[in-house]
Amino acid sequence: MSGSEVVIVGGGVTGLSAGWWLARSGVKVTVLDKFIVGWEASGRNGGGASHYSSPLFDEEQRLWPQMDELLGYPTEHQKGRILIAMTERQWEQYRFVAARHQRLGHPVEVLDVKQVQEAVPLAGDNCLGGVHYKFGGHANPQRSVQAYAWALQDLGGRIVQHSPVTGFETAGGKVTAVKTASATYGCDAVVVAAGPQIPQLMKQLGVTIPLAAARAEMIITEPAPMMPLGGVDGHKLYGRQTMRGNLAYGGGPHEWIDVDEAGPAARPSTPLARNLARRLAELLPKAAHLNVIRSWAGVIENSPDGRPIIDRLTSPDNVVVASMSSVGFGLSPASGHAIRDLVMDGKCSFADIDILKLSRFAGLADDWREQRGWMPIA
Amino acid sequence: MELNFTGTDVCAVSTDTRSAVEARYDVVVVGAGPSGVAAAIEAKGAGASVLLIDENPVSGALMGNDVPLYFGGRMTAATQHSERMLETVFMSMPALEEALEAGVELLLGTTAWGVYRNGPGMQSLPEQVVGLADAERSWLVGFGRIVLATGARDLALAFPGWNQPGVMGAGALQMLLTRYDAFAGHRVLILGSHDLALETALIAIGNGLQVAGLVEVRAAPQGSADLVAKLAAAGIAIHCGAAISSASGGIDGIEAAVLTTGETIACDTICVAVGLIPSIELVDAMHGPRELDGNRGGYVPRGEELVSAVGLCAGLADSGFDHIAYRMDWVRALAEVSAPDTIICQCEDVTRADLIGVQPPNYLTRPPAMCARSLETLLDDGPANPDQIKRLTRAGMGVCQGRRCRDQVAMLLAIESGQPFGTIPLASHRAPVRPLPMKILADWQEPAEMEAAWDVWFGIPTQWVPVEDIGTPHEDEHRAMLYTGMYE
Repeated sequence: MSGSEVVIVGGGVTGLSAGWWLARSGVKVTVLDKFIVGWEASGRNGGGASHYSSPLFDEEQRLWPQMDELLGYPTEHQKGRILIAMTERQWEQYRFVAARHQRLGHPVEVLDVKQVQEAVPLAGDNCLGGVHYKFGGHANPQRSVQAYAWALQDLGGRIVQHSPVTGFETAGGKVTAVKTASATYGCDAVVVAAGPQIPQLMKQLGVTIPLAAARAEMIITEPAPMMPLGGVDGHKLYGRQTMRGNLAYGGGPHEWIDVDEAGPAARPSTPLARNLARRLAELLPKAAHLNVIRSWAGVIENSPDGRPIIDRLTSPDNVVVASMSSVGFGLSPASGHAIRDLVMDGKCSFADIDILKLSRFAGLADDWREQRGWMPIA
Repeated sequence: MELNFTGTDVCAVSTDTRSAVEARYDVVVVGAGPSGVAAAIEAKGAGASVLLIDENPVSGALMGNDVPLYFGGRMTAATQHSERMLETVFMSMPALEEALEAGVELLLGTTAWGVYRNGPGMQSLPEQVVGLADAERSWLVGFGRIVLATGARDLALAFPGWNQPGVMGAGALQMLLTRYDAFAGHRVLILGSHDLALETALIAIGNGLQVAGLVEVRAAPQGSADLVAKLAAAGIAIHCGAAISSASGGIDGIEAAVLTTGETIACDTICVAVGLIPSIELVDAMHGPRELDGNRGGYVPRGEELVSAVGLCAGLADSGFDHIAYRMDWVRALAEVSAPDTIICQCEDVTRADLIGVQPPNYLTRPPAMCARSLETLLDDGPANPDQIKRLTRAGMGVCQGRRCRDQVAMLLAIESGQPFGTIPLASHRAPVRPLPMKILADWQEPAEMEAAWDVWFGIPTQWVPVEDIGTPHEDEHRAMLYTGMYE
């Protein structure tokens, strides 16, 4: 397929990585984005890169340490994570998780309070212990999305911003072009990686994609002294210390929302910032005096089982649809590789990803969101 | 997990997880300057319950970060004594007495850090609320109508040496002189010659300070003739057609300024009096409507039925003077005479060269591909966006929340991209619009339902089952340990 034209709908981290992988294989790539690359959930997340539940995990782990070099731009990838327990229940759960990792052959170490404090000097005496994942890590989402975009351009790919996709042209069971308000982009294949807007776009092709959108929030502090390990989770929070020193943390209740054709109208944060601040002050008490300087929200989509949908459709048969079901950033080096494989070879070369096929939802009720309460507040 | 099941997502926000509102007022007025006090008294007179808050006296720690005004480290030690400051600030605002007598509830030293209401993407609030905080804690207050009387903040300008104690804004200087009685300088050089600069000079003289002169980038004084005449009568020189090329200093900060004319002027304070910017942080953070009006000092709230703005927050008095064009002249002149390595963002140490080069901070490496990128290459993808530039360079990402650099960054992006200022989007403001210590912002009284609904992510039982464990007994163990009762 080298030399063919692939249009990618959605310049988030998944679409950009797919575009970069395709461009590496000699494909002429055009990424269409409604605004600026990485402007939705891809640039508004915890930056974690440790997704052991995914079939893409091994590839994620293999690639992240090389990404700066492969892309040619800094991503701020850092290795390792620590999970700190603050309650007996969390301690029980986190040790269960540690035992599971040991069983699956992922390197972990259970830490006592003193060991936690050595690795995480901002932790206090109020914790019960921790689990050190000697795998995974974190990166800077905003820097990484731009790195993918730039790397893709360096390989001859094209990024077209401020261009919402309005529709498709089809012929002979294939999508032949992707349309925006001002242009039509002819293509040999299409990747639809438009996050919460995937269902609305795919409806135009007669394909139902079951996804529900929700809003989640994070807070960020002024810089703290650098800790030996920045990927610190626990107390039912996710987050990281950035390489500048800021603490960026999220967690807590989400709010299901409706997203129309134009995408999320707004991403408001709420007073949940206070509940996040409380838990972060408990998790890292020696940072409790630090100023919170921002909060923000992002809109992400989930599939009914919370697992990604990465699939090449049977009709039209040149379309790959990719939703990472609220866990896209960390897996992006691997998801892009899988999408490239589906576009070019029809099959993922490095992992069995049948579990991510759309067909698993064949028996899903039409009102699945209502049934399980994944609905906006009335 | 069955695909089809009936239940409730107990990890979603609900009416039970909401934090309680501590009090409710018909009208909350933010800012107790003359306009805010007048609005509070008027609302009270109309029979409303009214809460009037003002963040002054601001803590010494915040002032040190140039929040909310550009204090430039020229406060006396008195600002560290909060009780003395409370009394001083109260005494400096005689109208407060009248408001109290009228029955307005007053809270000083209390900041409004966020206003929240339902709208697109959020329907979970029980009512519209304003987040408040003092030196001890934060809390939420419900309101029927909110009046923003948050005043205006200082425009800061970068020149070599501006990142030393003693370079400050006119708003901050006036605040320290007239309300805090806590200005630590003696001899002030003032940048600008429009009314703000002229009035600041006269206030300084009135408070017994030496004014070392005014510097005006344009060919003639810009302010009203009577103010210019008053300064002339006081023997104060206005150096026209000049800018500042550098400032030098020692351990206590500024000692002298060098002008583009070559003249060196001794001073311990350089007061940037080139512009005031309406303080619309709260409006912008709540996605309120706003518009750019150069004659009124920048972006101003468009006004809504339940959210109104009064005083300088609603815009400077329109005298036909284009403040944006004037500031652009200053920024252009300073950029021309200063080296590319001049710091633009003090918090994050971002130079003008790195801003315009869209380069990452110094703790990251810059491989060849990175070095080849610049604003120019980024403009191929679309118009300059300060939020995107912020993500890449960190300019405006620091603890002052972009107060010192956001306006300059927008102007530099306009200049460098050859576009009018109005085409550069306003860099977004985010709650908390004042830096707030984590332990103060924290909700220590949250309802138990919040903890019950709290999950690290969505609480979807199948989301984190390792793929190897699916269909094995480990899958059930996983759900039993991590997701008991997550769906009811």
